[in-house]
Parts: sequence; C-alpha cells; structure tokens
Amino acid sequence: MSDEQSFTLDGRRIPFQNGQTVMQAALEAGVYIPHLCFNPEFTPHGSCRVCLVKVNNRMQAACTTPAADGQTVQSETEELREIRRGILQMLFVEGNHVCPACEKSGACQLQAVAYYTGMLAPHFKHFYPRRPVDASHPEAVIDFNRCILCELCVRASRDVDGKNIFAVEGRGIQAHLVVNTPSGQLGATGFSLHDKAAQVCPTGSILTKHRGYDIPIGQRLYDRKPINVVGDVAQLPDRQGGRRHD
Amino acid sequence: MIEPRLKIATCSLAGCFGCHMSLLDLDERLFDLAERVELDRSPLTDIKELGECDVGLIEGGVCNAENVHVLMEFRARCKILVAIGACALNGGVPAMRNQYDLKECLEESYVRGMGLVNAQIPSDPEIPLLLNKVHPIHEVVKIDYSLPGCPPSADTIWTFINELLSGQAIVLSYRQIHYD
Ligand code: SF4
Ligand code: SF4
Ligand code: FES
Repeated sequence: MSDEQSFTLDGRRIPFQNGQTVMQAALEAGVYIPHLCFNPEFTPHGSCRVCLVKVNNRMQAACTTPAADGQTVQSETEELREIRRGILQMLFVEGNHVCPACEKSGACQLQAVAYYTGMLAPHFKHFYPRRPVDASHPEAVIDFNRCILCELCVRASRDVDGKNIFAVEGRGIQAHLVVNTPSGQLGATGFSLHDKAAQVCPTGSILTKHRGYDIPIGQRLYDRKPINVVGDVAQLPDRQGGRRHD
Repeated sequence: MIEPRLKIATCSLAGCFGCHMSLLDLDERLFDLAERVELDRSPLTDIKELGECDVGLIEGGVCNAENVHVLMEFRARCKILVAIGACALNGGVPAMRNQYDLKECLEESYVRGMGLVNAQIPSDPEIPLLLNKVHPIHEVVKIDYSLPGCPPSADTIWTFINELLSGQAIVLSYRQIHYD
C-alpha cells in the first residue's frame, strides 16, 4: 500500500493507476472537478476548458493531464472558480441560451456547472448567432443554438454507434456541428434514440421529441442539489431524470 | 433617531412584468420593506419622474429607443443599478427575435398577420423606434449587481435586498440561483 502512487487535490490525497488522468483519478476518488466535454466513457477531448486546474502551479485541463506521483493539484480556489466562470460566460454568449424556453432546463449540464461555479450573469457581449433548428427526425430535434462543440455526440456516434452521424465543420469561431448527410438533415440519417449519441449531449442541443417539460420545476435533476452531488445527466438513468438508457 | 429611508426605483423595459410580480410576491414582507425604503419611480407608484435614488432595479432588456433612454436615466440617477431577471441579463425571450431581421419581424406581425385590414407597419412618432436587436442591459450601461431567474423568486429578491440594505456581501444559496 505504501508504494501506491498518489497526488494531492486541494490538499486531499488522491491515489491513481498508471495511465489515468487527473480527472479520472479524482472521479474515482469521488472528488468533483467541473467538466463538460469530459465523459468517463470516452477518450478525453480537452475542448471546453471548464476543468481547468493548477498542476504544480501551472494551468492545465484536468481531463487531459496524466496523473503523476507527488503532483500538487488545486481546483476549488477563488482564482480558478473565477476563470471557470469566465469560460462558461463565453460558452453562453457564443450561442443562444434562452433557458426559460429550453426543454433541457433544470437537467442541463452546462447550466448546472454554471450554477455550481456561481455564474450570475453572462457578463460579455452576446453574439446572438443565427443558427438553425433541425426537426426533420421523427423522434429527435437538434437545436444548434445550444451546441457547445464538446463533440460528445461526434465521439459517441463514431466510436460506439459506428454510424458517424455528426461532425464539426469549420475552424475557430466558424466551427459548428454538422450532420453527415448531403442534405445536412438528421431525418435523413439512421439516428435512433437508442444510439449512444442520443444520450450524451450535456446541453439542450440534442433533444428527444414529445416529452418536453414533463418534469415539474422544483423536481428536475439539478433543481434541489448541485451537480457535484447529483452527478452528470449523461451518467444517470432515465428514471432518475438522466439520459442514460442501457 | 429615524434613519432616512433608502430610495429605490424600479422599471420594466423589454420584460413581461414577471419580475415585478415576483417583487409583489414578497407578500407581507412588503410591509417590512416599506418601513425601510421609499419607492421612487416605479410601475407600482406611477411616479413618472425619476429622482435621485440609492438603488435602481431594472427588469427587461432593451428593445427600443425609449428603453435605452430610460436605462441611461436610471444609471445617471441611481447609485446602485441592479439587473433583475433573464431578460435584463441576456435579452431573454424577447431576444429570440434576434434570429430574424427587424423588417421580417414587423412584416410577420403587421403585414402578414392574420385578419389584418389595411395592413401597414405602424409609424406613429409616439411609438418608440425598435432597435435592430434586443440587448441585455449590461451592453448599454454599467451594472452593479445581477439577479438571474425568469423571474428570480421572491425569496431570492428578499435575500438580495436584505443583504444589500444591511451592507453585507450578497450570498445566494444554491436554490436561489436559477436561469429559468
Ligand atoms: S442548453 Fe442549458 S444553458 Fe442552454 S438554454 Fe438550454 S438549459 Fe439553458
Ligand atoms: S450537440 Fe451536444 S453533444 Fe454534440 S457537440 Fe453539441 S453540445 Fe456536444
Ligand atoms: S472537461 Fe476538460 S476540457 Fe472539457
């Protein structure tokens, strides 16, 4: 036991095995580090930067940094919370997030992480981009206004479903999610609600049709308790208000 | 010694008055509040001229020229300006029209709308001109505090007002912060 490798996270000792990232080890030890593009079932992506921590005093993404013996990791400091709030605020103003009119509200990971970090207002100038809503599929709808480009649907469809339905096109601020068909319509694909890709979106971008607002306000996933206590919506089963159905 | 009561003004710009309804939801706590503050210009007093105030509470974003004018007046006359509710903070539901050109919106309502006779886009000089886009108020003036919610609950407003009046740091509990 004495030669077990470990690092400290906010002063707490976190054991790990070779090959684990800081995020994976923390998750296994039951310590929450805010994240959006990270999902334990997928290869880390490192794109949202919400999991920013200080590793030996350097800013790193916890989800892509390999754990190393003796590291000192800081996460819940006011400095990092402030940077995380800034990152979240940028994610909010880049898209169109009208939470009162979003069916995902209350069970949205983006919103829940923003609550967790204490984000009160978006602070920056809003882009108000014009993005489409694709309702061509009989069972699902994609509202591109809420996509944060975490590529979880891309990874799930490619790596688990073997369908390769989603992709990100363009670079920098032009980057946007597309559906891999000539028409660009979800309805023209073999997308199904049983796909892993239908269960992983951390926002209200990919939604199941015909069941909006079915859980009353006050009883939704993150209404009463924060995400560090409740867990990620994509990891929780359908009957608990999550999106997972194995 | 009776301390002078703090002066508070409120207004609703491009909002639905939901935040003001939430303020009224304070119910009997309003008596307590009335002993500590004096309401200046507000839809609740019908005072038209804004005086020098300690606190201004703004509901709604800006969607027309009059909203901008009122907002700037509030900023000039209020020591502390508070953005209340989703519309003030991010434009909210009214900002959903930003997905369309203003002309398209006006034509949809006034030209192509159902049952219109002699359809035309209103141009009476009494009607404030619409802005091309709806904006949250922090894009126009400096805001000192933001209270999210659609609307923020009466409890959230009460916590905020109490902490503000007593000079404490504003600390809201988890359940008091929501965006819807
Ligand atoms: S996706 Fe989440 S943050 Fe965006 S509008 Fe919906 S509930 Fe709000
Ligand atoms: S649609 Fe959802 S899962 Fe896919 S990239 Fe956008 S936010 Fe991520
Ligand atoms: S969770 Fe690490 S960068 Fe997104």
